[in-house]
Amino acid sequence: MLKYLIRRLVILLLSLFVASVVLFILLRLLPGDPANALLGVGATPEQIAAAQAQIGSDQPLGMQFLTYLGDLIHFDLGTSFVSRSSVLDEITRRLSVTLPLALSAFFLALLIAVPLGVFAAVKANRWYGLVLSIISQIGIAVPVFWLGILMVYAFALNLRWLPSGGFPLRGYADPGRAIESMVLPVLTIALIMSASLMRYVRATTLKVLGSDFLRTARALGESFPEAFIRHGLRNAAVPVVSVLGIELSTTFLGAVVVEQVFSLPGMGSMLLLGIQQRDYPNIQGVLIVSTLLVLLTGFLADILQRLLDPRLRQEAR
Amino acid sequence: MSASKSILTRFSGTNATFWLGLLLVGTITLTGLLSLVWTPYDLSDMVAGRLEAPSWQHWAGSDRLGRDLFTQLMIGAQIALIVGCSAVAIGAAIGVTTGILAAFATRFLDDALAAFFDILIAFPTLLTAMLVVAASDEASLGTAILALGIGLSPIVGRITRLLTKQVLSQDYITAARVSGSSWPSIVFWHILPNILPFLGVNLALQFGLAVMAEASLSYLGLGAPPPNASWGRMLQEAQGTVYTAPWGAILPGLAIFALVIGVNLLTDGLRDRLDASRRQV
Repeated sequence: MLKYLIRRLVILLLSLFVASVVLFILLRLLPGDPANALLGVGATPEQIAAAQAQIGSDQPLGMQFLTYLGDLIHFDLGTSFVSRSSVLDEITRRLSVTLPLALSAFFLALLIAVPLGVFAAVKANRWYGLVLSIISQIGIAVPVFWLGILMVYAFALNLRWLPSGGFPLRGYADPGRAIESMVLPVLTIALIMSASLMRYVRATTLKVLGSDFLRTARALGESFPEAFIRHGLRNAAVPVVSVLGIELSTTFLGAVVVEQVFSLPGMGSMLLLGIQQRDYPNIQGVLIVSTLLVLLTGFLADILQRLLDPRLRQEAR
Repeated sequence: MSASKSILTRFSGTNATFWLGLLLVGTITLTGLLSLVWTPYDLSDMVAGRLEAPSWQHWAGSDRLGRDLFTQLMIGAQIALIVGCSAVAIGAAIGVTTGILAAFATRFLDDALAAFFDILIAFPTLLTAMLVVAASDEASLGTAILALGIGLSPIVGRITRLLTKQVLSQDYITAARVSGSSWPSIVFWHILPNILPFLGVNLALQFGLAVMAEASLSYLGLGAPPPNASWGRMLQEAQGTVYTAPWGAILPGLAIFALVIGVNLLTDGLRDRLDASRRQV
């Protein structure tokens, strides 16, 4: 296991390196010098040269890359062109909205999808099993921002149960309103996500239900729930966990779009604002941190999978 | 197989989903084609009052500038289909080439490419697309297509690589090599025809993803700029007036939903047919 852990850690660091190289290349491919974006139209050549020296875009590309990597290793994401404040500070502030949003939506989706998916598989031949799989098929095709708008229409504007968007200025210092403004966004992401997750749980459960080991356990006299809980669940969990990693990163992405629907001040709106204002340090910072999150999630999912399945541990040796 | 049995299977569940999918995708495709030659009104003409409800003159009502929403929905179908098809074509061109290359390459290059696909796949398509749009001068239809195509390519690449490896391990490839066929001719005569059915089903699924991602991009304001009436942008514009004019926010969403679920159903039906033909062989 330790050997696998080290190997997987090396892969994680390598992927981080590759991802940061790709980000560097893509962001340098941007038309025009970032200095122009910093100054706007009508700047004198002297001003442009001064700005270039300030952000280092007059250096040769190799030098720029080394500075960029050095800054990354020190967690220095630079300062925003527009607000002149530290990018890292801004990201930490916004992560305090996006992380709770994505994580609670993720766990809510699990809570909905796992029992329903198992139920749909066990009762696959009954009409309610069929209805459940039709519902999940429908859920996969619903755009997440559309569901968000419909939620706002129903629960915020018509029933007036919850706010239609925004986040209290004082943040979590105003816990009641902070939680209130999170309910609809969390529900929106969780419902969409549980649809695809449920389909997956159902498929893997169906495979386990047809397996020899479950039949043997039943033949040895265990009742169906007993056999399923002791042998089935763990076997069904292994492939599901590997998908969970991808699902969690999709949740972050869902959060980007849903933040826009409910005008929440999270990472997504920071990225969008950065793109609109051509605020390169902000764009770069958000992308680096989200890549880090995505890769870390994949790493954790792989480790969790090994812990669940002794056969995979054997293979790794 | 007897005639009566084939009629029976034609009306069984899997085929019902296939036909429902075909109906939805077919209707939207025809609407998109029709919008090339005819729309009830001109896209940017303010022909109605502000935020009118659906009526005989304006089947889907009007937006806050008094433009006909049904016209916009028709043009939206056209945009969704163009973006979906072109993005999948670009994704396939990049993905199939690199996938086949990886399958043929030396062990080291193959491992490197496979790892590269995995890293890129971990990166959600929409985020990659946002990055490409950010890197381009301004948002346009072409940028959106290119962005989505690039975003889809690693998924296609990974699948192509796996399928090609499967085919390469078959005896008839060895036979073709022994009888003197060159690698390019093996790719064209043996590999592409053999991986095409499964690749095709997968590309259809990618089409659904591309339509959804285009809608998201347009909703975020990073898609094709006006006067292109994308369904995603229609939703963005209608969101502010959803309380007074809910239909403006309901209909474009329904359109996206119908196209995506139609493609998914069609794909499921095709896959079932493919599996059945495999079993018979």
